[in-house]
Formats: sequence, structure tokens, C-alpha cells
Amino acid sequence: MSAVFEQIFQVGFLAAIIRIATPLALATLGEMFSERAGVLNLGIEGIMLLCAMTGFTATSLSGSLWLGVLTAVLTGMLMGALHALFTVALGLSQHVCGIGVTLFSSGLAYFLYRLIFGQQSVPPSIKGFQTVPIPILSDIPVLGPAVFNQFALVYVAIIAIPLAAFVLYRTPWGLSVRMVGENPRAADSAGVSVIATRFQAVILGGALMGLAGAFLSMAQFNAFTFGVVSGRGWVAIALVVFGRWDPWRSAGAALLFAFVDALQLRMQASGLGHIPYEAFLMLPFIFTIVAMAVMSRNAVAPSALLKPFRREER
Amino acid sequence: MPTPGPLIEMRGITKSFGAVKANEAVDLSVAPGEILGLLGENGAGKTTLMNVLFGAYAPDAGEILIQGQKVRITSSADALAAGIGMVHQHFHLAPRLTVLENLLIGIPGKSGRLDRAGGLARLAEISRQHGLTLDPDLPVSALSVGEQQRLEIVKALFRGAKLLILDEPTAVLAPREVDGLFSALRSMAAQGLGIIFISHKLNEVRALTHRCTVLRLGRVAGRVDDPANTTSAEMAQLMCGHEIVPPARGPSTPGAAVLTLDGISTSKHSGTVLRDVSLAVRAGEILGIAGVSGNGQRALAEVISGVRAPDAGQMTIAGQKVSRFSPREVQALGLGRIPEDRMTTGLVTNLPLADSMVLPRIGTAAFSAKGLLKPDAIRAFAEEQIKAYDIRCPGPMTRAGALSGGNLQKALLARELAFDPKVLIVSQPTRGLDIGAARFIHEKFLDMRAKGCGIIVIGEDLEELLVLCDRIAVMYEGRIVGTLDSADATIARLGLLMTGAEGHS
Amino acid sequence: MFRLEVRTSTPAWFNLALPLLAIVATLVLCSGLIALAGAGVLESYGVMFTASLGDSYAITETLVRAAPMIFTGLAVAVAFRAKFWNIGAEGQLLAGAVASCFVGAIPMPGPLAMLLMAIAGAAAGAAVALVPATLRVKFKVDDVVSSLLLNSVIYYALMALIEGPWKDSFSGYPISPPIEDSANFPVLIEGTRLHLGVVVALIAAPLIWFLIVRTTLGFRIRVTGENPEAARYGGINVERVLISTALLSGALAGLAGVGEVGGVHFQVMSDISPGYGYSGIVVAMLARLNPFGVVPAAIFLAAVMTGAEAMSRATGVPAFLSDVIQGTALLAMLVALLFTAYRVRRVGAAR
Repeated sequence: MSAVFEQIFQVGFLAAIIRIATPLALATLGEMFSERAGVLNLGIEGIMLLCAMTGFTATSLSGSLWLGVLTAVLTGMLMGALHALFTVALGLSQHVCGIGVTLFSSGLAYFLYRLIFGQQSVPPSIKGFQTVPIPILSDIPVLGPAVFNQFALVYVAIIAIPLAAFVLYRTPWGLSVRMVGENPRAADSAGVSVIATRFQAVILGGALMGLAGAFLSMAQFNAFTFGVVSGRGWVAIALVVFGRWDPWRSAGAALLFAFVDALQLRMQASGLGHIPYEAFLMLPFIFTIVAMAVMSRNAVAPSALLKPFRREER
Repeated sequence: MPTPGPLIEMRGITKSFGAVKANEAVDLSVAPGEILGLLGENGAGKTTLMNVLFGAYAPDAGEILIQGQKVRITSSADALAAGIGMVHQHFHLAPRLTVLENLLIGIPGKSGRLDRAGGLARLAEISRQHGLTLDPDLPVSALSVGEQQRLEIVKALFRGAKLLILDEPTAVLAPREVDGLFSALRSMAAQGLGIIFISHKLNEVRALTHRCTVLRLGRVAGRVDDPANTTSAEMAQLMCGHEIVPPARGPSTPGAAVLTLDGISTSKHSGTVLRDVSLAVRAGEILGIAGVSGNGQRALAEVISGVRAPDAGQMTIAGQKVSRFSPREVQALGLGRIPEDRMTTGLVTNLPLADSMVLPRIGTAAFSAKGLLKPDAIRAFAEEQIKAYDIRCPGPMTRAGALSGGNLQKALLARELAFDPKVLIVSQPTRGLDIGAARFIHEKFLDMRAKGCGIIVIGEDLEELLVLCDRIAVMYEGRIVGTLDSADATIARLGLLMTGAEGHS
Repeated sequence: MFRLEVRTSTPAWFNLALPLLAIVATLVLCSGLIALAGAGVLESYGVMFTASLGDSYAITETLVRAAPMIFTGLAVAVAFRAKFWNIGAEGQLLAGAVASCFVGAIPMPGPLAMLLMAIAGAAAGAAVALVPATLRVKFKVDDVVSSLLLNSVIYYALMALIEGPWKDSFSGYPISPPIEDSANFPVLIEGTRLHLGVVVALIAAPLIWFLIVRTTLGFRIRVTGENPEAARYGGINVERVLISTALLSGALAGLAGVGEVGGVHFQVMSDISPGYGYSGIVVAMLARLNPFGVVPAAIFLAAVMTGAEAMSRATGVPAFLSDVIQGTALLAMLVALLFTAYRVRRVGAAR
């Protein structure tokens, strides 16, 4: 056990946690905005995959990493708009639409990827994001190299957390988002467009999911594979519950999950050879399910989550 | 100084929902400083008319003028911009957000941020002007119902309302709180605000308003220029089109107790609690439960219906002790139940009507055997009841949600009465029904009473309780604070008990 | 201006028309992708059709593929009727496959082996489905998320088995040892792969229909799904109904895995299911949760999958088109369902 403890305080281990947490934190924030406005987005898994694909492709074709990021974000917004069209404008079942968006987006990602790159024996890769040390901050012992010598997208995520909290709690738009998620009728009678606000929140959520997808294919793996997301989207949905629909707590939940994930990676590598590595891969998922069971009793979801809003209804 | 023209004028408003004309050629006007009463029975079209004014519904015909200018109001944002504020019957508040956040919703921020300081200042100013104080940082869920209503009024004023619409504002208040509300409204009117006060309680309208418009079946049935000096009977006649003849309730010959509660208490759970409630309903007797809503009536109904087990106390039905408090158990012992909320706890709107009609007894031999349904028996039962109760619908396989409220209530009544319950628990039996349907339902209750059924009616409408019930118990803060024979009961005495002002009688 | 108006009843022909409408819309929308790939739209769909339904052998292949989706489609339909959001049919299928493979590898008389395989597979699927149902009933955990996450857990568990202790020492690949030959499901038509499990799947659909429409459990499932509060007040033990539904749903999904092991692969490998569990959702929705509708819906998706592979070989359009078609069909069907609840009315502009 003490060996494990020593590893925790290794710079490499901390840096790994941060890297694993980044896409999760971005995706969780994205899902949180959507759910705060009352829209569950189960499309997240497919949206992240499609964005990982479009971002990777744009970079691969243009050579520009940031163009790839932009493409991924725009893709995410587009898919968010699609989900909002079904669930907000048409008021269809959020559960089933989300699954539909995931199936559609993943199918499209596979299809387009195969169409563009064909079937190659060695999958194409790109020169992804490199770590950028932040002057001064990266000199802080242990924490510095772990947190402040990272990919640019990690810094984006670090800034996104307080920014999300600010937007949600301190701006009129954030108040509108919370209100349409709690009591859409109240928002409507106060002159706030429920439909528009929900659309905006789901689209913003899609943009963040796009960033998460971009991180996976352009910083973490530098390639697109069909398993590039492998359940991270579903995990993000659980982390929103675990983080009680709050930006800070959600980010904390992402870090905690990342810790467990990094730990299992270490355990895989540390020669516990007789246990199949899949047993470790399972761990974060089991951890998430158990965590939800512990948290859900007290969790208070936005009151209007899953409830479509139609104004003229008697 | 020229006399001010009307603040707001509605001309020839017509609005239909499907085949139902909720409003037909309705005219209405309010002057600054005037309190207009909008009177009408449930379903007369008051709420629809106000929703048209507030932009929630687009009228099919007619126009709205504000200070002589024709305006188009297609959303609540338009209405707010035109200076119209509305306090809905069901509050439009987000319980988990704070008072200030509920006020600031929809208000543009200051350089992209919520304008907290500006909001606090404005709230303080309104509080000072009208004596409406509120703690800005409390979550709304921590406010009492009266305070939430105050917040709704402040919310309207916060947005610079010149006209304030209040939809049945006193339904949720204790008589003492009503006085406070009325004095605040008078002060607002004195400062030039126009107020539309919607109610079907005649005494309140006479006490408060300057002028009245009465709606009946969606049309203007008449106007009253001097409500204070018009009798309630005259106004009631306008509302109903005929004089109300209460159903004849003969003398009762109550038998043995069919439902007893002894020292029933529940712990804090979803707001309401019961404290040491004991009561008995005898065969052939109708017992009313009066009280301002939120004083434990719902918890009482839940315990009796078997969906909530009490923490202490005992209950018997027809002499049998209730041990498990499950709906199935109390039904088997002979309890029938007409819920307050037909759509959520009574019927299954997306399934055929027949399914809803057999729901509580699906496991009995009448409708199933060995786990298999008897579809013919189910259908025959539904058809029989549809005929017996004159339920208007295309047939038993119609989606239940397609029926009107009155027909749904009849269907619920049919399903419960078909099996001769020994006790019937009923909540708000005629809310939202037209007079004909309400009368039909009252007569059915009296029939059941004559047959020896014990009936417990939970209601907010004291006048209804007074004509229907043999005895009336009053609930306050989870206790029964008094029980009156209806011969001795008056609205004034009940009202006093409802505020907890009088002890046990 | 158009407005949605609430319908009071839906004509019966809608049950057939809506899925067809959704499928046509899907094929039209997806033709854009075929054109993007530089192939002829009609030609490609033509190849898909001939390869999947064009001759009797193709039809048997499509039916073999449809069988697991009939089971997962029924599993989802039953669950969704009760609003138990079982998105975990994939994991339940895998669990069923593993359990039946274990049993099938034990030497015993063929018929007994097949029966025990079915029982073990159904039980394993039910056990997996019990987890999200229990978490929901006891801990208020959202069943969608827990059943989804459980899919990953089961998948990794399966991988751990076939790469670890259960790895077939003979082949050296990450696959399980095969089941006994005597446990292989009998082939019904010589020269095809049409096995007994397909017939069982076809029989399961009317049985489940009977269960939903004609039994008290089915009644309770329907009422609980539509209005749990009314069900509770009506004396139905909602929690128990949810658990029963989960067991039934999981057992059906487990049977999908049994059929794949006993009738198609005879062992367990990592890609034993190309997402049949998720396809079950599409099937169930296309069928409007009607067990009878599940059969044609599953055959349609199976035809798309079989056809897409042939189309890919013939025209070079990536076979992943079938995944896009599945997703699009689900979304199109949801939109089409709007017509059952609402009708579009033209209304004059507000004055």
C-alpha cells in the first residue's frame, strides 16, 4: 500500500490525473449546462466521438491544430442544436433522442472516417498538442510540472471551470438557464424565452463536449480510433449527478474519477500481472456506479429535467 | 384635469380550445387606481381571459388597448413591457433559487453580470412603498405560501407593472392573511395602479373591489358598478344564471363508525405533518375537512388512502385495523377514493378509459384470474358505467386523457362507487367542474350517504362543505383544531378556526 | 402559421404508416452519404436489398441476424413500456452469452444442454438488469446511466475472461473454448445457418405481446409506465413491477446472447455482438413498443446490416452506413411519433 502512496505524489502521476480529468471535466461541464437548463443529453458519447473525428480530420488535412479544435467545437454545437431541435423544439423523449443522437453521431463518425482515410494498416496520426510550460507557475515544486506543464487544452479546461461557475451564477443568462431548468413557466412569465435559453444551453454544452472530443484525438492519443471515447461520455453524465449539477463539484468529480483511472493504469503497469488488465479498466465504471448510488439519494436534479415545455397547453 | 381614460381595455376577446369556446366576445376595462373584480364560476373563462391579456394565449379575435393605444401581446415579455403583471394561482417561482434571483430573472444585467445591487435597492424601495417585506437571500422554498404570494406581487411591481392581475389569490391564504393582502392592494390602487382581482368568493369581491365584471360560460354575464351595495345573491345569480338551489340534504341517521383515526402522526416529510389526528366517520354521514391548503390535508388523505404509513397512531376501516398501510389493503377493507388531482393520481391518461376504470381492482376475480386479464369483463364493466353515469366519450377504448374534466370525475366516481365502498375519501370533488357536473357529483354523494356509506370530504370551498357535510372538522398546522356540526357552523366560525385562533370546541 | 394540436385518438393504419414513413425518410436522408461516397444511390440500395432479401439464402442470413435483435427489441420494448430505461441490453446480451457458453461447454445430452443454456443465459441477463433496477428502486440512481455504465463493466469482464482464465488454449486467440458439438442449435434448413434460436425468437414475440396485453403483470407494467402515481394509488406495488420488468427485460436480452452462442458462433469472442443491444432500442422504437412490430423492425435492421456489407464490397461505400441508418431511423421514428400525439393544424396568424 505504501508503494501506492508514494506513487500518488509522483509528478508523473499527478500530471496523468490532470490529463485524464481534462476531457472528463469539459464533457461534464457541457452536460451540466444542458441539464441545468432541463435537457438531459445522452448524445454526449456520440457527440464526443464525432467531434474527436472531425477535429482530427481537420487537423490532419490542414495541419493546423487550432483549426481542428474549432472544427470539433463547431461540430459539437451543431449536434447540440440537433439534440435541442428534437428535445426542446419538438419536445420528444430526451432519453431516446439522446440515444438516437449517439447512434447517429457515432455511425457518422465511423462512416466519414472510413470514407476519408480508407482502411489503412497503420492508422493515420497527427502531431498533436505539445505540453507548454507556464513560466513561473511551472516552477512550483510537484504541482508546477504536474499542472502547469500541460497541453494548451488543459489550460482551457482549467479556465473553463471558474468561467462556467461565473456564467451560471453571476450572469443574467446563467440565471435564465437555472430558471428554465427549475420552473420554465416562471421563466416564461418573466419574459425569458424557455426555448431559446434551452437551445443556447444545449449548444454551449455541445461546444464543451466538442472540446473534450478534440482533446482525446488531438492531445491524448493523437489519432482517431473507434474506441477513442469508450464510455467517457456516459461517465460524464454520472459525474454531473455526482457533482450535483455544480461546476466546481463537477470538476471535482472529474478529478476524483481521473484519480481512480490513473490509479488503475498504474496498477496495470505495476506488474500485478496475473490479474487481467480489463479488471482494472472496469474499476472506474464500478466506482462511478457505486458513487452514484451513494450520492443519488441526496442529489437534487433540476426540477424540470426531462420535462418538455409547451406554452399553450391545457 | 381630465378624467383619466381606461388603463387597459379588452374588446371582443374570443378564444377557443378545440370545440370549447373559453371566451366569447368579452369586453373589459380597468382605470388607473381601480380594483376590478372578475367574477365567475370555475370554468367560466376568467383564467383564459387573463392569460390572453398576459400573452400566454393568442386570442382568436378581439383587441387589447393600453392607455388608448392598440397593442399586440403575444408573449409574457410583451405583457411585461406593456406594464402588465400577473400573480398566477399556481406561483411561478423556482423554489431552489433565492428571492432575489426570482426577482432578477429576465432583467438585463449590468455589464454582463447580474445586477444584485440594483435589485436589492429596488426591492427595498418597493418594500417601503407598500409594506411588502422579504428577505432577498432566502431560497423561495423557505418562504410561507403567503410570503411566496408577496414575492409574486413584488415581482410584478419590480418590473414596473401598472396593472396587476391576481388569479384567485385568496385560495391559498388564511382569513387573517387575506386582510393583509387586501390592505396592500388598496394601498397600491391608491397610488394609481390598476388591479384585476379574480375570484369566485362573493364576500371578498364585495369587500375589496370598486367594480365587477361577471363571466358565465365564457361570455360577459353582467357588470356590477357598486359591489359593496349589491347582495351576494344578486351576484351569484349573475354567475350561475339561476339561483343556486343547494342539493337537499335530509337528516342523517349515522350508524357505527366506518373509519376511525386514533392519534395519527406523521413525521416531517414533504412539508406537511400530521400531529395526533383523531377522527371518526360514521356510516351514513358526510364529514368535511376544512382548512387553508397546506395544513396537513394532503398528508391526511395520503394516510387514509394507504400511500403513506403514519409514525404513530391507529386507523380502522369498517372495524378492521389497518396494519400495512398499502393502497391495496385499504381498498380491500372497503375504502374508495376520489383524488384531488384526477390526472396525476387517479387516471392513466394515455391508456384506454377502461384501463383506468378497473385499475384499483385489476387483481380481483371480477377482472382477472390466475394472472390473466378478462378483457371482455373489463370492457363490459366500463361500458356499463359509461352508460350509468352518462360519461360522454366515444367508448371504453378512448384514451382517458381525451375526456373533459367533468366526465373524468364521473368516471372516477363510477369506478369507486361500483363496488359499494364502506368509506369514501374525496378531495376537492368539484374543483374545475361546471355547475351541472358539480351538482351531479353532490347528488351521488348524498345517495351514497343514504345507502350508509361514510364519506370524508376534504375541501377549501367552505360554502360547498356547508351544504354537503353533516359535520366539519378544521385542520390547522397538522391538527384537527375543532369539529362543528354543520348546523352550528358558519363561514366566520370556520374561518376563525382555520387561523388557529380558536381552540378545541 | 402551423400549430400542433392534441389528438384524441390515432387511426389504426398509423401503426404501419409511421415506421414506413420513418424508414423512407431515413433512406432519403442517408442517400446523401452514398452520393458523398461517390456511388449511385439507387444502385447501392439495390445491392443492399438483393444481398439481404433478394433470394432465399439471403433471407435466412437476414433472419439469423434479426434473431438477436428480436430479443433485444423485445427486451427494450418491455422495459420502456414500464418506463424502466434499460439501455443495458448490450451488457445483458453479453452476460447471457457468457453464461450459456459456460453451460454449453459441459458435456451432456444436446436437448438438455440447450435448455440449460437458455435458462442460464436468461438468468444471467436478468441478474445484470436487476442491478440498475435495484439501484433505481433503492437508491434513486438514474437507470439510464447505471445501465449504460454497466455495459462497459460487463464488456471488460468478458474481455478479462477470454483474455485471461477462459482463454481458449487451443487457438491462442482471445476467444472462449467452444461449446460441445451436441449443444449446437440444430440447423433447420440444410445449407443455411437458420437455427432453432431464430424460431424461438419468432415465437417469443407473440408470447410477449400476450404477456403485455392479456396478463395482470402486463397491465401493471403498462399502468406503471404511463402513470406511476396513479398505479401506486391504485394498489400496484410500483417497485415490484419495476423489478419484475427488469428481470423479464434482462432475461430476453440474455436470450439474444444464448442464440448467438448456440446458433451462430458456438463460443464467446469480444465482438460477439456488433451492438445488438443498442439496435434493440431502435427496433423497439420502430415497433412503437409493440412486440409484434419488433419482428419486422428487427428484420429491417438486419437487412440493413447484411446489405451494407455487400454494398460496401460492391460500391466501396463504407459499411458503417448501416450505423448511420440505425441512428437516423431512430430519430426519424421519434419525429414520426409526434403525429400520433399531435396533428399539425394550419391556423391563421394571430390578429
